[in-house]
Amino acid sequence: MTATHASSPLLLVEDLRVAFPNRDGGMVEAVRGVSFTLGRERLGIVGESGSGKSQTGRALLGLTAPEGRVTARRLEFAGTDLLRCSPRQRRELRGGRIAMVLQDPKFSLNPVMRIGPQIEETLRAHTRVSSNEAKARALAALESVSIDDPERVYKLYPHEVSGGMGQRAMIAMMLIAEPDILIADEPTSALDVTVQLQVLGIMDKLVTERGMGLIFVSHDLRLVSSFCDRILVMYAGRVVEELSAGGLAQAKHPYTQGLMACLPTLGASTHPLATLDRQPEWAL
Amino acid sequence: MSVTSQKASATSLGLAVSQLRVVYDGFVAVADTSFHVRPGESFGIVGESGSGKSTVLRAICGLAPRTGGTVALGDDGSTARTTALPLPGSKPFRRLVQMVFQDPYGSLHPRQTVDRILAEPLAIHGVPDAETRIERALDEVGLGTGFRFRYPHQLSGGQRQRIAIARALILEPQILLLDEPTSALDASVQAEVLNLLEALRRCRGLTFVMVSHDLAVVTHLCERLMVMQRGQTVEFLSAPDLAAHRVTSAYTLSLMHASSGFKRAAEPGPS
Repeated sequence: MTATHASSPLLLVEDLRVAFPNRDGGMVEAVRGVSFTLGRERLGIVGESGSGKSQTGRALLGLTAPEGRVTARRLEFAGTDLLRCSPRQRRELRGGRIAMVLQDPKFSLNPVMRIGPQIEETLRAHTRVSSNEAKARALAALESVSIDDPERVYKLYPHEVSGGMGQRAMIAMMLIAEPDILIADEPTSALDVTVQLQVLGIMDKLVTERGMGLIFVSHDLRLVSSFCDRILVMYAGRVVEELSAGGLAQAKHPYTQGLMACLPTLGASTHPLATLDRQPEWAL
Repeated sequence: MSVTSQKASATSLGLAVSQLRVVYDGFVAVADTSFHVRPGESFGIVGESGSGKSTVLRAICGLAPRTGGTVALGDDGSTARTTALPLPGSKPFRRLVQMVFQDPYGSLHPRQTVDRILAEPLAIHGVPDAETRIERALDEVGLGTGFRFRYPHQLSGGQRQRIAIARALILEPQILLLDEPTSALDASVQAEVLNLLEALRRCRGLTFVMVSHDLAVVTHLCERLMVMQRGQTVEFLSAPDLAAHRVTSAYTLSLMHASSGFKRAAEPGPS
């Protein structure tokens, strides 16, 4: 599939930095100068824990923890400067035009609210709708994420559904306000492999049909390379390499190559597995 | 990684599970599962969440109630010699069969130092010279004594899982039950832990029963495996069979497809 770069990118990120105070009163940079643009395409951000991939996604949405400091030369969404806009404007964008799907439905859905009303809440926060219409749209959203019996799921509490179903409900919640960009932070890591593919299939369909931009944050290099149009590989807060879809075999950076080598593969027996020999210069 | 070679026990132990059934309030979590693990073998159990694979492990070591069936240690795997060997649930049994849990963030006591975590099994089983054993256990999992007085929150995920492995191995068990030992870890750390487990098994002659949802990890570490779905055994496979895609059941095939990554249905890609 060809990456459809719109003439003007939806999102423009230049030299994004996210820093957190450490115990000595100094600042530790978790994200150190990340730059990319996003059109209506699927962009993957891959890295290990601590590489800054999730903090990048959160900074775009304005969800960095309050003690964190976000700076960038440019951080623009469809012409709006995200760093200088008012909190009110930011709230309108968040959930409305930029939405985020989080990792584990067990912890990111409200446990004491039924799934249907939770989905409606997103809609009500951004548009004025009657309760009948809200319900109708919530049911339609549940249906669009391939839930067989939306009426039943609408009335359930999050603990009453499986992980895959919960994750689909969260995607429905994020999509009901029809955002332009969906940031998915490890959306399938808590799910079984077969369910993982269903959820990816649903996201893929929605991205293609609605022309959304998708940022897919994950630690799973293989999964991302089979799903996204472009991949950014992050290490120690920086993008060390940008790869095109399926271009994993041509990865040049030793970190990316090392990550690939240490995965066990079906049918190939490598005993012992290669381990990653981290070079200090990668983190420079 | 320093795995000091240790006196491997003369005979490894196998495990015989027959007609194992676990029922929770009418819900059948494991339905009449039988399998043998030969001494020194590494046996894998694969399935999705809810397939009952973890419950099988928990039932073996007594953490889940056994509704029916038997679990027995055996020294030749095929015929369980129950007379001389400890019965499941007994203290001597636990000394021989230890478990490593999935989540190293949840399975270590947050308010205890590594030293106390490792000392507890020794105290329970009345094992002498805890001091040297703890130091040796830390050496064996490649951490060194510098980690001895740290708390779990001062360790990374991979280091925690090494502590969990050290805790299981400090009693010198013969059988190690591994419940998704690497699924909470990064790919590079996963490789290190898998290598560690392999090296430990080689030098101690351990028998492994490993549960995982990752077919590649299971085939890497195990010689034989069992596929489970909804509490039922779907099929038994050898690792080379799986690697060569010689599988019979549709379910295993779908798991294999799923693990090979995302494929766009509309796209005419190389299949």
